[in-house]
Amino acid sequence: MPGPASKKEVFLTGLWKDNPVLRQVLGICSTLAVTNLMVNTLVMDAGLIFTVCMSSLTVSLLRKYTPMRIRMMVQTLIIASYVIIVDIMIKAYLPDISEALGPYVALIITNCIIMGRAEAFARHNPPLASFIDGLGMSLGYSLVLIAIALVREPLGFGTLLGFRVMPEGFVQWTVMIMAPGAFLTLGIMAWVWKYFWPQKEEKKG
Amino acid sequence: MDYINPVTLFFAAVFTNNILLTNFLGLCPFLSMSRQKRSAVGMGAAVVFVMACTTALNNLVHYKVLVPLGLEHFRYIVFIVVIAAFVQLVEMTVERFFPALYFVMGIFLPLITVNCAIFGASLFMVIRKYDFVQSLAYGAGSGLGWMLAIVAISAIREKLEKTAKLPRGLEGPAITLIITGLLALAFLAFSGMIRVQ
Repeated sequence: MPGPASKKEVFLTGLWKDNPVLRQVLGICSTLAVTNLMVNTLVMDAGLIFTVCMSSLTVSLLRKYTPMRIRMMVQTLIIASYVIIVDIMIKAYLPDISEALGPYVALIITNCIIMGRAEAFARHNPPLASFIDGLGMSLGYSLVLIAIALVREPLGFGTLLGFRVMPEGFVQWTVMIMAPGAFLTLGIMAWVWKYFWPQKEEKKG
Repeated sequence: MDYINPVTLFFAAVFTNNILLTNFLGLCPFLSMSRQKRSAVGMGAAVVFVMACTTALNNLVHYKVLVPLGLEHFRYIVFIVVIAAFVQLVEMTVERFFPALYFVMGIFLPLITVNCAIFGASLFMVIRKYDFVQSLAYGAGSGLGWMLAIVAISAIREKLEKTAKLPRGLEGPAITLIITGLLALAFLAFSGMIRVQ
């Protein structure tokens, strides 16, 4: 574990240096599916940020009272409770989007990134630092998803947030709204990222 | 909604609606476990078994317990607990009675609890209103589809590691994602075969 890092450092590590998606390729399961439309991506991101921050905070607050052996179960239940709150909120205020997102909101529970942060950071650190760590990580995560949506929606539908951005004669790339488009976009992004910002200790490759 | 034949559903879950390649579920273990074919086969087999059983089990729990009691909102928590308990139980049984099997499959079992594909299959089962037999077929098919994808990818990666010289930065997750994209593209060719949603 690194020593007591400053709050800003913790925040920036998650946002940029150890970007969870591009660097660690964690937690892409549930969220990659919704990146074909910008609106869905934004809603999903908001839900994810809320869940990561709050569950990191809670895990950290309870860290002294949680028995070691059942901590995974406790963490999962904490996460699940917050996801249920998010799910009910989205159902109540944005019913159309809730319909489009389908089961993916609930799948935030099994998103490895939340569990990963709880396990790696919140378990050892005070509440405020954990909250900031969660915020940085989830924001970094959201930025990547927004970037993917930024590629997929204009190419796939010719629109962005529902507005037309491509010229009239543009032929839509149907493959971009289907599953392969997401894999290819993320793969190329991870490549570019690793090419320009290679990790120091990862020389053996 | 029309009643879908469980056999059709099974094949649809393997090919046209592959849980990994069209629904993006179970990507984390997929990326980390697909380096060697041996471990990919072990993990895949464990997923097939657990997914078939938990999807059917969750179906029973949802329609026999949660719906009559009006507790549908708690289904996320209940499903997770059911999956975790089931995996724990299987692990203990296998360790006690089939040590040889435990040696092959045992280390993968705990990882499965956090596999989003397992949980996702249960959620899809509720949303698409499958009955018990359909859930069993859907769970088994999805598991098999996942296994098919991970074994295929691991074989490609093994080959790639030995023969190919990759450009800087492309090695590791990036190339795996691109290959997965190509595989997903290939699986789109199945989509005319069966139409199920």
